[in-house]
Parts: sequence; C-alpha cells; structure tokens
Amino acid sequence: MMEEKLKEFFDKNFSGAVLRVDEFRDQLSFYIRPEFLLDVCRALFDDSELEVRLLADICSLDWLGDSDEEEGRFEVIYNLYSLKHKFRFFIKVKLPTDNPEIDSLTSLWATADWLEREVYDLMGIKFAGHPNLVKILTPDDLEGHPLRKDFPLTYEIPQFSFNKDDPPEVI
Amino acid sequence: MGIEEKIPDSIILTTLEKMVNWGRKRSMWPFGFGLACCAIEMMSTYGPKYDMARFGMEVMRPSPRQADLMIVAGRVSMKMAPIVKRLYEQMPNPKWVISMGACASCGGIFNNYAILQGVDKIIPVDIYVPGCPPRPEQLMEGILKLYDKVSKEPLRGNSDTKSKIKPGKKA
Amino acid sequence: MEETTTRRRTMNINMGPQHPATHGVLRVELELDGETVVKATPHIGYLHTGIEKTAESKLYYKVIPTTDRMDYLAPMSNNLGYCLAIEKLMGIEVPPKVKYARVLLTELTRIKSHLVWIGTHALDIGAMSMMLYAFRERELIIDVYEACAGQRMMSTYFRIGGLTDDLPTDFNEKVEKVLKRMPEAFLDYERLLNDNRIFRNRTIGVAKISADDAINYGLTGPILRGCGVNYDVRKANPYSGYEDFDFDVPLGNNGDVYDRYLVRLEEMKQSLRIIKQALDGMPEGPFRAHVPGVVLPPKEDVMHKMESLIFHFKIITAGFKPPKGAVYQAIEAPKGELGYYISSDGSNKPHRMRVRPPSFVNLSALPKLVEGGMVADVIAAIGSIDIVLGEVDR
Repeated sequence: MMEEKLKEFFDKNFSGAVLRVDEFRDQLSFYIRPEFLLDVCRALFDDSELEVRLLADICSLDWLGDSDEEEGRFEVIYNLYSLKHKFRFFIKVKLPTDNPEIDSLTSLWATADWLEREVYDLMGIKFAGHPNLVKILTPDDLEGHPLRKDFPLTYEIPQFSFNKDDPPEVI
Repeated sequence: MGIEEKIPDSIILTTLEKMVNWGRKRSMWPFGFGLACCAIEMMSTYGPKYDMARFGMEVMRPSPRQADLMIVAGRVSMKMAPIVKRLYEQMPNPKWVISMGACASCGGIFNNYAILQGVDKIIPVDIYVPGCPPRPEQLMEGILKLYDKVSKEPLRGNSDTKSKIKPGKKA
Repeated sequence: MEETTTRRRTMNINMGPQHPATHGVLRVELELDGETVVKATPHIGYLHTGIEKTAESKLYYKVIPTTDRMDYLAPMSNNLGYCLAIEKLMGIEVPPKVKYARVLLTELTRIKSHLVWIGTHALDIGAMSMMLYAFRERELIIDVYEACAGQRMMSTYFRIGGLTDDLPTDFNEKVEKVLKRMPEAFLDYERLLNDNRIFRNRTIGVAKISADDAINYGLTGPILRGCGVNYDVRKANPYSGYEDFDFDVPLGNNGDVYDRYLVRLEEMKQSLRIIKQALDGMPEGPFRAHVPGVVLPPKEDVMHKMESLIFHFKIITAGFKPPKGAVYQAIEAPKGELGYYISSDGSNKPHRMRVRPPSFVNLSALPKLVEGGMVADVIAAIGSIDIVLGEVDR
C-alpha cells in the first residue's frame, strides 16, 4: 500500500528524475539523478501523508572492476524510514569516478553530519554544503580512502621460524 | 629511584632483595587501560566471582603517574599508538607491562591497515596472555607468572629493562 | 577616566582518550565557561579496526567471528543480524526450533548488555556497589553461553541457516536458574536506585531531548523510547519469529537520563517474559536448514556419506555464491537499531558489508544533550546514551 503511494508520488512530481525502480527481496529502491537529490528529499520530508522523517543510514559502494561501473563507479544509498507507515525504502545515486560530489542533506536531517563525514573519510565522496567535512575515523596521517577497491588491505605476513630473518612483508 | 642507587657496588644483598621484591609484587597497582573487549573480561576478573583483590590489585589507578602495572587490554589502533607510548613513558619506574589478549600481543584476527600488529612494537612487554578474550583464570595465571618473574629480579641493575624484549625487534 | 571592558574567556578542557568514565577510548573536547558547557565536540576513531574492509576479503562464513567483536557486550545480536541478512539474500527458510532458540539467546544477550550498562552507569554517578551486583548476575548468563558455545563472550553460535550445534542437555536447567534469580535481582536494583535521593538529583532533568529532535538526529533504541516515541523494530518489522511472542514496549515521558534508566530496567523484565515463553514453547526439530551447497551438512552424514563429505569440503574451502543484489536487515540490538547492508556481486566474498551502528548515530547527538548544562552532567549523559566504542569505530 505504501509502495503504490510512493510510486505515485515519484510519477507525479519527479518523473524526470527517476532512472529506474528496483525491487529485490521485498525492498524498494529508486535510482535517481544526482542533481535532484536535495529536492526529492525535501519533498519527501515535507509531505504530510508519507511522513518520511527518519534517515537511518548513508552507505557508499565502489563498483571498480565490475560490469556496473559504466553507470558510475560510486553509488551512494540513502536508507529512509517512515515511522507512521512503518515502511523502509532506499534512494540510490550513481556518481562518476573523477571528482565525485553530491549535495549534502545536513539542512534537513542533523544525523547526516557524521554519516556523510564517514563516507567522505572512507570512500572519498565530497558533499557540497556540509559545514565541517573532515576525517572522522582514520588517523590524520593516513592518506587515501581505505574502502576503495584500489586501496590495499595492508596485510602483514606473520613471521615464523623459516622467514624470521627476512624484513617484514606487507601486501 | 629507590634504594638501589644508594648502595655501593661491592655489597651483595639477598634477603633485602627478596623483601623488596615481595613488597613490590604483592601490592602492584594496575593502570586501568581497557581498550576493547578484553577490558570487559578484565572487569569481570575484578568482579565478585574471580576476585582480583586477593592479589592486592584492587586499587585501579586512573592516572599513569600513580600506577606500576599496565595491562594493555584490547586492540591498539594506529591512531591510539602514540597515546599508548606517551602513557607508558609517564609511568614511574619500576613498571611492568602485561599484554592481554591476541590483539595486543600480535594483532589478533585483524591483520589490516588500521591495527598495530602487536603492542610490543612500541613498548617493552613482560608477559603475554593469549586468548580472545582470555578467561579470567588465564589472566590470573599471567599475573602469577609475573610474580615469579618479579621475585627473581636483581636489586641492582636495570630491573625494568634487563629481562624485557626490546621494542621493535622480535626475540 | 578610562573605560575598561572585561571579557569573559572560556577554558578548553580535553576529556582524553584514556579516562575512567568514558567507557572506552572516546575523546570529548569541552569548552567551559566556569562550570557551564558552551561547546562539546566528540572525537572518535581511536578504536578503528577496519572490519568492513576485512569482511571484503573473507568468505561469507568467515565473517561471522569478526561481527562478534563490534558490539562486544552483546555479541549474539551482531551474529543474528548478519545471519538474518545472508539468509534473506539467499532466500533460506530456517526451521522453527532455530527461530525460538535465536529469540531466547538474543533476549539473554539483551539482559547481559543492560546489566553491564547499569553497573557502569551507576558507578560513574557514584553508586559503586551496583557494579559488583551487576557482574555477579551476569555470570549466570555467561554460564548459558559457555554451555552452548564453549566461549564466555564471543560465542559465534549462530550460523547461516541455523545454529552451530544442537542446544546442550543442561540448557533448560541453566536458563531456569537465570529466570529464578533475575526478578529478585531487579527488585534489589530498584530498591537501591529508584528512590535514591542522590541518584534522582543527578539524573532527573539532565540531558533532555525532545521527540522531534531525537527523530531528526536519527536516534533509536531506549533513547528514542525515553522521549515517548514508540519505535521498536521487533514490533514494527518483526524478524525471526518475534510476532509469536507477547511482550510490551516501555515508553518514557520526559526524555531525560532517569527515564532512560527506567525504560532499560523495564526492558529487562520484558525480556524475562519472552525467555519464559520461548523456553516453555520450544519446538522439536532440526537445528539447521537443509540447503545443500550452502549450509553445512550434519556431522554424522559427513562421516558416512560421500556427497555430504564433498559438500562439506566445498563449502569450507570455496564457499557459496549468492545472487547479485543487496539486502538490508535491521534488528533491535540493546543499543538501538542495528542494520546490516550486504551487497553481493555474485562471487563468494561479500562486495560490501555495511553495518549501521546505533552507537555511532546516538553519539552524534551528544553536543545537543550537554550544551548548556554542567560539566558533571557530561558523564551522566555519556553513560545514558550507552555507547560501545567497538561499534562506534568499527
């Protein structure tokens, strides 16, 4: 029931913004164009019938080396929940490889502050309009973004008796 | 620090040595340095079922200037490593270090960019207690082995650096 | 005559990473004007372990022990979330005995986590003997863990498709011991703390937050329910058979520290209700689903039949390949809404495992809770949010 209301809402107001709608294992996701993100979220927040007030999570994926990379290497997923209807759905956005940037949602939800900082720190996606976009989890002297697929795991080979005199190896 | 420096080199003392070592080991004040999951098992060891107070260790000092045993309980991340070193240097001599758990001894199950592979890369360690997390009985066994070690320490000489593994090198 | 203007200067104090009352390695930078907090900035990341990156290099089965170590006070909840997410991705249906056993053990985990919370929170506020009582009761629950899985804390007992092994023979006896002792213990705690004048003065009216602000900050769990908002994942989107059980969700009125304490105490009592229903109604049956190629076959078959042996070998060494897609599974952990977002690209290792940590999101509201209050209330506020740094930093 809530699914039809959402699909109607998107068809009526933002039909140009939606690229495709996906349903996998009873989960509804909308792929939209990056420019329309702030308007879509503001409309969902202000709508008194849908009442989407809880932003649960912001997640980022890296599709390097996969067939999905043509649409955009990075994917940012917004996990939205409506307390009135007890319904959860996702809004997904694809971003290109060089200089991935998207609007920040801190003007609507205060929880987006730390969640976006974490996405910036671990994946390197910039958020325009964020008040304080600095590192949050990794130490200050670590360069690079750890969760990208081209950042190595930095696995240190343990030293046993047969290789204890070799210098420590790191892959 | 202590009476070792005031005694001239030509005098050998055995009973005084035994008494000083007995006094040091039976009233060690641990430094509460719980970082992660092993800290909860350390707190359980202080609890009513496995009582640590019978070892004279129930006074857990929050300030490093007043402690002489540092139990590194938990995984040491790269951001926390300089802080561990600074706290170790703030402790007055004689001091001992117990590395509790697999993550503090050798990196544990986390072999990646974020975890220091063993706290003995930055500070010298006396006793390693394995386990993930070690049972309270294992920690108590480690403490008893530390008692054996302390009772064999010579009165004169570098009692805090002689028999320890130097930082940065494997034995 | 000159006019001199006096300018008040604020003082910056660092509540450093090593502090007896911050429950782990958390650094809070406080800007104080006398005793009033003008600004508070938490700095985290001192326990960052790279669990999400580690999970991308291991097979699906081998990630389960690393999930234990995130919220290390409630390890079975983490396992449950991960296993439910993978079962949703693969479309596996578990037998009813597994559902009841999982519910029972997860509710025991909730009581265990809240006991540590009440011990350390009361210790910070000044009631030092509470910690010893809470740890004494916790030992009874640890006995149940040890009988099931052999480990006191990091049990890794739930597997994809069921449990590691059948419930032990003395399971009923150990759970009955817990059920008998806990109501008396709760009465003790209430008598010690509920009407205690010092406890009430330190907690009533401290660190208040309104319901709208709480939803805007993304708070979930006892903090949100302390403000009066009725959101519990077990009732809103039930999982693992919770719809068969009868329990209430306690709500608070004011949103201050005292209400959160009452909410958690009542939650422990409701958990006892669920445990009793699960123990009385435990069905018979297999303890894991029968899905060849994904779930490990029973050990007796592996010893005697050839194809079980081959399946066992293939699952352990090469794993299984889920379909391409992404799922999200939310559960009600003791700290709030714990969510696992697992994305698969068709290979035998996860493409991305994202954990939605309740403590991370709850901690981001700390400046809102303490600004304008006194310095001593910062400790009470941090304690009432109930954070676990292993989950905040992952």
